[in-house]
Amino acid sequence: MHPIYLDNAATTPLRDEVRDAMLPILQGEFGNPSSPHAWGRRASARLEEARERVAGALGAGRREIYFVRGGTESDNLAILGRAEAVRARREPVHVVASAIEHRAILEASAIVEQRGGRRTLLSVRPEGTLDLDGLERALENRPAVVSVMTVNNEVGIRLPVEDVAERTHSRGVTFHTDAVQAVGKVPVRVDSVAVDLLSLTGHKIYGAKGTGVLFVRDGVEVSPLLYGGGQEQALRPGTEDVAGAVGMAVALELAVGEQESEAERLGGLREELEDRLRGGLSGLRVHGGRAHRAPHILNVGIPSVDPQLLLAGLDMHGIAVSAGSACESGGRGGSHVLEALYGPMDGMAAIRFSLGRHTTGEDVRRAAGATLSVVSAAYGGAVPA
Amino acid sequence: MRRARVLVAMSGGVDSSVAAALLVDAGHEVVGATMRTFCYSGTEAPSKTCCGLEGIADARRVADALGIPHYVFDVEEDFTRDVIDNFVSEYASGRTPNPCVRCNANTKFRDLMRRGQALGCDGIASGHYVRIEHSPTKGSALYRGVDRAKDQSYFLWGLPKEMLPLLHFPIGDLTKPRVRERARELAFATADKPESQEICFVPAGDYRELLRSRLEAPHPALQPGRLVRSGGEVVGEHSGYANFTVGQRKGLGGGFGEPIFVLEIHPDTREVVVGPRDELVSPGAEVADLNWLGDPPSVGARLRVQIRHRAPAAPAKALAAGPSMVLAFEEPQHAVTPGQSAVFFDGDRVLGGGSIARALGEAELTAGVA
Repeated sequence: MHPIYLDNAATTPLRDEVRDAMLPILQGEFGNPSSPHAWGRRASARLEEARERVAGALGAGRREIYFVRGGTESDNLAILGRAEAVRARREPVHVVASAIEHRAILEASAIVEQRGGRRTLLSVRPEGTLDLDGLERALENRPAVVSVMTVNNEVGIRLPVEDVAERTHSRGVTFHTDAVQAVGKVPVRVDSVAVDLLSLTGHKIYGAKGTGVLFVRDGVEVSPLLYGGGQEQALRPGTEDVAGAVGMAVALELAVGEQESEAERLGGLREELEDRLRGGLSGLRVHGGRAHRAPHILNVGIPSVDPQLLLAGLDMHGIAVSAGSACESGGRGGSHVLEALYGPMDGMAAIRFSLGRHTTGEDVRRAAGATLSVVSAAYGGAVPA
Repeated sequence: MRRARVLVAMSGGVDSSVAAALLVDAGHEVVGATMRTFCYSGTEAPSKTCCGLEGIADARRVADALGIPHYVFDVEEDFTRDVIDNFVSEYASGRTPNPCVRCNANTKFRDLMRRGQALGCDGIASGHYVRIEHSPTKGSALYRGVDRAKDQSYFLWGLPKEMLPLLHFPIGDLTKPRVRERARELAFATADKPESQEICFVPAGDYRELLRSRLEAPHPALQPGRLVRSGGEVVGEHSGYANFTVGQRKGLGGGFGEPIFVLEIHPDTREVVVGPRDELVSPGAEVADLNWLGDPPSVGARLRVQIRHRAPAAPAKALAAGPSMVLAFEEPQHAVTPGQSAVFFDGDRVLGGGSIARALGEAELTAGVA
């Protein structure tokens, strides 16, 4: 039986189209875009084409797209770069974020706090509602940035970014959204939503690892974290990864182009998986089950088992999933996202299934069956009543 | 017939790596597991050195080279409660614990077993230098490892007897040099890793630091107390009885005119009793928390007992046996240390063991104290 990869929120395989677009640049067109000769011109043309394509896919202007080296860098640049821009004007630095942001946001904003700034975390309820009163109060301080993710990476909850963007923007405050898990699954546009900063990564949408984008709306000040050459309008200096940028552009165009049909397909598969698990496990809790969710993530809580044991059992069935998020399962302790939503996860194992473009109906049926049998083995052969 | 599926504990070190390789060679379906027992740094942010992540990365690499799955299981909570807390409270009670014994008996193998069963495994293995023989008629028996310098049988007497039939110790027949050679043949990155000697949760080798951080200050075990002779004469002061173990010579100060050693520790009075080497010998011991891997010996049986790691097993007689055992040594033994294990052997076979409750003097032995 073929192995089943249901960890697409951790990372995805490279698409052929992306590889085919990247290879000529890695091989022949290797020039440095800053060079004044033919090689440099070719490279620079490829890079700017890529920028244009990314801008087109998001509804942005060409000069608003900055290539960075992944989602964490993009998130860090948004938070720390905004904080630094405000600090440089000698104004107090205040960062506001939802409590269920990715660690790249939470830890960057904790650093802001350590450096003498302020941080406000907005609570989120399991139904996906954000503490808007808290947001309004925080906005009175004119924070440097408000960051609320479009889709949560662990549970797939969609946060009310349009509303938050509207409120934030109308006060003249910068709004950032981490759209790493959202793009290709839900509509992501910067022309119809009042977002000032937006982060993307390539490898969650069948692009290459180490590729990413930060959208910075024209006129929004962000200070760089690195210094050197003047690349990427000096916001992200360092010789550009042209192949990565081109791959990012292709991956993004494809993801955006297929978003509607893929969302419908994945949503159907997710529903089937969810129904089968609910049917077989009476104690099952679907995390974010009553929230508006992205179609590709199913996070379930299973009582009284060790999540690592469930993952091991599923792996032995050739099925790849994760406990919480891949980043969290490397470290110790539980998930900050689930704790923020549900409180302490006493004895509850959280398993995240994340579907992708290769996932089939047969895959989710097998995964559901394997999960039920692994859970039953972990319970010692019998599912407790 | 289905191949036997064996769960092997892999620390990332050379011994368990080779153990896994030998199981693969033997035709088993092998699954690797690393038990994450504790966090060195105590910080929340995960880093490479924290939680033994380096060892985990090594173990994963070896598993990948062998083409076997490998999983990490967090047992920090159980390990902290059953091993570290116990270690601290033993020192606080004036005893000298064997945390590895405690871990093998209460945490490591039980945890492996429980997970192994859930993963459909038929057996459990580790890279300990001990041998096990399984006989359909005589049951399973545990023996010293072939490499006497590395033999770890002293640490395994606490295994539940009913677990023995499921255990594999693939490197027990090998010497350490042979294990390293095998690791090099297999081009394991771990082949030349240095030996880990210290207690795993005391990486810097200073258990006192751990006690200071875990005992509520001011704890009597860490308060100064009197150094006394066995007759009661006060001869000095010490820095806290938890800093001492029976037989210890260091840290007592000088000026006694002869080498002196710790003879006893009295937590109730915070006194540390000291004396010359000839007062350090005891003719007997009371051994508690007994666990038998075979049939328990009868009263009057002659046994060989090992009372510390690397010590030879000494002949002794069981004077009384029950929940605890009174032992009379044929030759009085040096530094019979409460908290240390007393492990019983028949030749190379491990019969069982217990922890030393106290050393017994001639008078107590003849009085037949039970």
